[in-house]
Amino acid sequence: MDKDILTIGGRAFTSRLFVGTGKFSSNELMRRAIEASGSQMVTMAMKRIDMDSPEDDMLRHIATSEAIQLLPNTSGVRDAREAVLAAELAREAFGTNFIKLEIHPDPKYLFPDPVETLKATEELVRLGFVVLPYIQADPVLCKRLEDVGTAAVMPLAAPIGTNKGLVTREMLEIIIAETTVPVIVDAGLGAPSHAAAAMELGADAVLVNTAIAVAADPVEMARAFAEATVAGRRAYRAGLGAVASPGQATSPLTSFLD
Amino acid sequence: MFSEELLKLLSWEETTAAIAAKTAADVRRALSAAHPGIEDFMALISPAAAPFLEEMARKSQTLTRERFGKTIGMYIPMYITNACTNSCVYCGFNRHNRFPRVVLTPEQIEDECKAIRRLGPFENLLIVTGEHPGLAGPDYIAEALRVCRPYFSNLSIEVMPLSQDDYSRLVAEGLNGVVCFQETYHRERYKVYHPAGMKSRFEWRLDGYDRMGAAGVHKIGMGVLIGLEDWRTDVTMMARHLLYLRKKYWRTRYSVNFPRMRPSESGFQPNVVMTDRELAQLTFAFRIFDRDVDISVSTRERPNFRDNICTLGATSLSAGSKTDPGGYHTYPQSLEQFAVSDERTPEAVASAIRGRGMEVVWKDWDKIFDTPPCVR
Repeated sequence: MDKDILTIGGRAFTSRLFVGTGKFSSNELMRRAIEASGSQMVTMAMKRIDMDSPEDDMLRHIATSEAIQLLPNTSGVRDAREAVLAAELAREAFGTNFIKLEIHPDPKYLFPDPVETLKATEELVRLGFVVLPYIQADPVLCKRLEDVGTAAVMPLAAPIGTNKGLVTREMLEIIIAETTVPVIVDAGLGAPSHAAAAMELGADAVLVNTAIAVAADPVEMARAFAEATVAGRRAYRAGLGAVASPGQATSPLTSFLD
Repeated sequence: MFSEELLKLLSWEETTAAIAAKTAADVRRALSAAHPGIEDFMALISPAAAPFLEEMARKSQTLTRERFGKTIGMYIPMYITNACTNSCVYCGFNRHNRFPRVVLTPEQIEDECKAIRRLGPFENLLIVTGEHPGLAGPDYIAEALRVCRPYFSNLSIEVMPLSQDDYSRLVAEGLNGVVCFQETYHRERYKVYHPAGMKSRFEWRLDGYDRMGAAGVHKIGMGVLIGLEDWRTDVTMMARHLLYLRKKYWRTRYSVNFPRMRPSESGFQPNVVMTDRELAQLTFAFRIFDRDVDISVSTRERPNFRDNICTLGATSLSAGSKTDPGGYHTYPQSLEQFAVSDERTPEAVASAIRGRGMEVVWKDWDKIFDTPPCVR
């Protein structure tokens, strides 16, 4: 098969597993897990970066190799205005115009606010950002985001951190079928089989954080997610076989053609 | 614009070969796909799918009922002029055919409206013209819309492709839908069938759908004329076009039509003949490929076929159609575009549909929704 490249914001990715940096028990463990994942897109919360305290600074623990695209996120903001502010600070701090837009005013479930997200995306695109918004699995919102120039969409599979897998499967299938920008399934993927299933559906990439960070062995789990992502993608490209459905004996519908 | 997109897709020859190469396994995969794609569609219209016709009919019926229920929408065409500057080799309106050209006046159009309302409770009107920029340009079409507006709740046009500005202006005049048949997606052969007039410009016609979408037309009707080129390749190109339009103009509704060429004044004989069985296969394939698209069957088709196919995948029918301008009221002497096959009255068609357990829907739109479209 030809080279299977995912392009976002003019940058090419061969790994379709994106990873997060939260919830690890140490920065060193995080560094090793990211390395094992083979990921080329790593997201981190702008608010967690402490430039003044090198030991606590996550940034210096992430291999700053050319292969990795840093994806600062706006976690913590509550509306579009704060998101734009956070994005501008992130661009300053990280030297990248990539931004993962997360606006979840609700602290309990951390559900993204669709209205503020659409507003912020429009503004950030205007300011020259490559915007990857975290959203509900809402097909219409995806089209609205496309209309304002989003670089990708990141619908959630299940409430964040729940490890429940593809709870929104029906909606994700529709989004994948109807959306013209890359679809990155984000949030709720709890096991490598979930990542594989998302890729089999035709998702362009998956983003995993909690399931790796809280595993008994995060490094091994990162490796397992990497393999599952590749397997799912390969299966999607190979074309899954038909699922057998039991035959129905009914009177023929097409006898009028005889 | 789709003309640029078309160049990036598989060529005509590659597409024809890919359809011919489809196997029974491809058809089975297509039948079980949750969201069938274009490759699945190609499998379903391929010769390899012929043995699966019954299974396709069942799936098509199920999907149609999920989305539309047991209903059939009714519409009626009104030809308001047969004046035409084109010379399409298969069409009765060809400018070289010598017969009196009729351009209905506003008063005559109003008479047609009244005559149609006497014929049946039609609310969906399709206004049709020949392609004559001088005699049937945007001003004339706008005037026709104004005359017809009080008589019908939904107005569509089937006229020459217009500019985006003209479409926008007509939407403001109360236009709901635009029907335009590309006839064929074979770029080179297109020029042979359409040697002169505006219609000889392949790209202008092809990109008309983008202009409709950008202008905020509510519903876009597409079609290829079956009888010109390999129908399987043509409908695959149309399916790709629909997919492109759906993603780009996602607020718009779409309909498709597979008109089989009928004898006409021109004496042109179809290059390819599609059987009833193949037309049924295509209808089922399209429904499986796109569960939301309106599939329309005109009076070109025979009563028995129409009555059956509308329980299995088709969703709208015309009835009582006259294809000559003024035909409903007082001008029987002018020439029709093609001969119809279903000459039953609208009431007879409606009662045949009801007899099959389907509800006939005359009105599914209200003028109150005719607000300025939201276009970016």
